[in-house]
Amino acid sequence: MNADLMDDNTPKISEERAPLNVAGAVPHIVTDDTTDDLKILLGEFEGPLDLLLHLIRQEHVSIYDIPVAKITDEYLRYLRVMQEMDIAVAGDFLVMAATLIELKTKMLLPRDPTAPQEEEEDPRSELVNQLLEYQKYKAAAQMLWSRATVEQAVFKRAEIETDKNNPEVAVGLFDLLKVFQDILARHKEEKLLEIEREEISMAEMLERLRNMVMSSGELNLRVFFERARSRRELVLAFLSVLELVRTTEVKLFQRETFGDIVARVAS
Amino acid sequence: MASNEETINQEPLDEAALNEEASRELAAMVAEAEQTSGATEQESDDDEPLSSPQSQAERAAVIEALIYVSDEPLSVKTIADVLKENKEVISEAVQALAEEFNGRNSGLQLREVAGGWQFATRPQYHEHVRALLKTRPSAKLSIASLETLAVIAYRQPVTVPEILEIRGVQSPSAIKTLLDKKLIVAKGRKETVGRPMMYGTSKDFLMQFGLKDLSELPSVEDFHDLSGGS
Repeated sequence: MNADLMDDNTPKISEERAPLNVAGAVPHIVTDDTTDDLKILLGEFEGPLDLLLHLIRQEHVSIYDIPVAKITDEYLRYLRVMQEMDIAVAGDFLVMAATLIELKTKMLLPRDPTAPQEEEEDPRSELVNQLLEYQKYKAAAQMLWSRATVEQAVFKRAEIETDKNNPEVAVGLFDLLKVFQDILARHKEEKLLEIEREEISMAEMLERLRNMVMSSGELNLRVFFERARSRRELVLAFLSVLELVRTTEVKLFQRETFGDIVARVAS
Repeated sequence: MASNEETINQEPLDEAALNEEASRELAAMVAEAEQTSGATEQESDDDEPLSSPQSQAERAAVIEALIYVSDEPLSVKTIADVLKENKEVISEAVQALAEEFNGRNSGLQLREVAGGWQFATRPQYHEHVRALLKTRPSAKLSIASLETLAVIAYRQPVTVPEILEIRGVQSPSAIKTLLDKKLIVAKGRKETVGRPMMYGTSKDFLMQFGLKDLSELPSVEDFHDLSGGS
């Protein structure tokens, strides 16, 4: 049934009563646990490029010499089926439709005989490159899938008690807050002599922390916090530590319980 | 029977008393041991350098023990630091150990993953391991998430608009899933229009896909020919 549809080159879309077999796949509705949305899965197409690749293969044409008119018709037919089934066509699919129609027009137009020779680039080349590029990552995704499948069959040893209870491997938020408060308290006692205000931004503070950690591989946070010259800078310094921990650029360690907290480049 | 019940009733009391007795006994044992062995424990407390393993066999044995107790892949550098030996020596020793260990074809393998060494079961025995642990394979990533992950893995650091350009489709939920699963991390902002966030893969990515490091990923250019037929 499907093969007939695809090989049939005459555009008689309107006569077809919403075939449930779309480009080799049966559409179905799925729910996603993470969101409340209902999704209509039209086969295994992850996007317009995926659909185009499928159509190109289906038609047994070369990716380097795409018959634009034919492929565009197939592509539009697919979109129309989606609409007939009352499915909102995703914007990305429509953008591709517009691109294809524009290409088709360009291919139909006679070439400007007065145009200089070197400007006669194939109008399809951009799309072809995009398809070739996408194809690589699609294959890479398959490779990742098989790796993950193998990896799921490999088990590591279960956690032993000391993994979690060892003060050397974990610094809690409260440990960090305590160091921060110590320094804040010490700062209060000091008299600030500086008059001009050099406002440092969060980005600069992040950069400073990064540089300090990177240059030596590890950094005692006490040293870092003590460099701050105002309450505001201290707050920024604290936030930047949290940020780098969040982005897992650095890890925090404690050599002994209640000892100084050390930031280390996450390997 | 009656006497049994009695002892059970008295258990809380007995336990405290027993514990006390046990700690006294242990203290005595420790004291005795210190006397006979010339207080070795004190010596090691006094920053006496830990003696490096004497022979190659001993070194391999120590390394094996260290890797066994680590809950994360153990790097050569960490082993070298602990044993106070040169990184090259350790690296060679680990390689040799892995070769010897994996040659046994036991249920375990010693493998390099995410920049460190780790003991893990061999995948072919997964059914039996699962039967013991009573687990099922966890949910796989969707194709959209895998494609997005592939783009991020090969093009990192990469921004959302750049991913869109390659995939030809928006992937916000895929990126959220990958972030939630800690497979990717934000790598700061790109200094361009709109300062978009850049993403890269995490250490968890290497571990969950069993990769030594990113260089172990096959070159994306090699997929060019493979993908034609699929």
